[in-house]
Amino acid sequence: MKSKNVILIFDKKIMYKPLIFRLAKDFDIVFNVLEAKILPKLEGRIILELRGTEESIATSIDYLTSEGVVVEPLSDKIVRDDERCINCGACTSVCRVDALCIDRQTMEVRFDPDKCVACGLCKIACPVGAMSGKSIDLD
Amino acid sequence: MSGVEIKKSYEEINKKIREGKAVVVTAEEMPEIVASEGVDGAFKKVDVVTTGTFGAMCSSGAFINIGHTRPRMKATKVWFNNVEAYGGLAAVDCYIGATQVQENDPLNMVHPGKFNYGGGHVIEDLIARKRIGLKAVGYGTDCYPLKEHDAKITIDDLRDAIMFNPRNAYQNYNCAVNLSQKTIYTYLGILKPDMANASYSSAGQLSPLLNDPYYWTIGTGTRIFLCGAAGSVVWHGTQHAPDCKRGPNGIPCEGAGTLAVMGNMKEMDPRFVRGASFTGYGCSIMIGIGVPIPIINKDMAYFTGQTDRDLRCQVVDYGNDYPSGISRSLGEVTYAELKSGKIEFMGKTIDAAPMSSYPMARKIALELKEWVKKGFTIGIPQTPFPTVPHGKDDETR
Repeated sequence: MKSKNVILIFDKKIMYKPLIFRLAKDFDIVFNVLEAKILPKLEGRIILELRGTEESIATSIDYLTSEGVVVEPLSDKIVRDDERCINCGACTSVCRVDALCIDRQTMEVRFDPDKCVACGLCKIACPVGAMSGKSIDLD
Repeated sequence: MSGVEIKKSYEEINKKIREGKAVVVTAEEMPEIVASEGVDGAFKKVDVVTTGTFGAMCSSGAFINIGHTRPRMKATKVWFNNVEAYGGLAAVDCYIGATQVQENDPLNMVHPGKFNYGGGHVIEDLIARKRIGLKAVGYGTDCYPLKEHDAKITIDDLRDAIMFNPRNAYQNYNCAVNLSQKTIYTYLGILKPDMANASYSSAGQLSPLLNDPYYWTIGTGTRIFLCGAAGSVVWHGTQHAPDCKRGPNGIPCEGAGTLAVMGNMKEMDPRFVRGASFTGYGCSIMIGIGVPIPIINKDMAYFTGQTDRDLRCQVVDYGNDYPSGISRSLGEVTYAELKSGKIEFMGKTIDAAPMSSYPMARKIALELKEWVKKGFTIGIPQTPFPTVPHGKDDETR
């Protein structure tokens, strides 16, 4: 079994179409909704964990893409500008998955993109605009 | 300051600095020396302790002289990148404040607002030598006929750019929690309901005024590190309040003292300044300040030898109390507890996160240590700050 976190972006034409249940029914994918937001008449965004064989994950992503869903892997969505970051730690208070946490020896903020679920709260919490990238909220 | 015992004079310390013989350590290194050699030993050994802090300091800004135009102009309103600067000064002088937001910013109309760009960002962009927009308008006079001026400028095109911050480097600060039932957006960050997190903003043991709790060595004329340049303390800051609650070690456990500081923006380093946007609150600026503390007597060795375990602050409710103007402390915590990332408070374990940068504070204290070792002498305070006597009744206030 493999696992992959993806962000799905549904534009307004397809946002009310029932697509997610097909992942389980047709592709044998175990999905876990990590976060979802519908912005009426604009678009919908879902952060989904996909679990299954490598092949079933790949074909399910192909299916979603064929239906017009924009599918992007999560691990490279949120990025930190290390030059801009001043290691204050404000982001660590809102990060729910400990992708951002403080090294207690140095008090520096560590960012682990693999743990990130792109909720985007760090972008709201960071006072110096060091965090950017696609998240569940519109930019 | 007249009552302060000077056992090692400024002249003696400065002579050593000029000769490259001064012993200089940071406020992070001092506690170890005091622990191993005692207060007496540390006083004899160490000449200067360097401090540092890096955090949001809203009461900051800059006096800017844009230089005379041809024809001449009396600029009554001035904007930099569409952020208004106060123009009610002489012809081409103005003051840009850190919290001024860009024109037409939606503010909190859709709460919480983003406050993407303001005066603090203008100051950062100027220091980073970026090209920015300048617009000025005037009503026209016989001697200053020009009514409108538009230009793209960098800091090098300005006649003067002098940072002047009326209140910086608060001696101590609240630890904020939220007892209300909704998430709030404050200058101390995002606070979740029911006291789910705590936020604080102080460099603790590295913080300048916590190392000189009675302002014996800091006054008008003290030379400091200000955003990477050599600046000055010019007065005590606004809201300076020496008569505060102090611990048994004499060190304030709440707000207390503040500094008014100045420095030449043209000499500053963009690594030590940041325009800041606090979601739902507004624009601000993060400033890096370091103050060298001369160890003029044993008490100063004792104070600079205190650690985060000895330094306390008040936990305050920003959900109801603070906005209502109710001065109530929910209790005290130490900076050592806060820096561990979790505090035990009112029967709960609460995540604590900083809003000021300890790594930057450390970097500033280390940089200032190198400056002093290379001949940056101590500015002898000319006008002392208002203070209180250091005595036995410290904890009873």
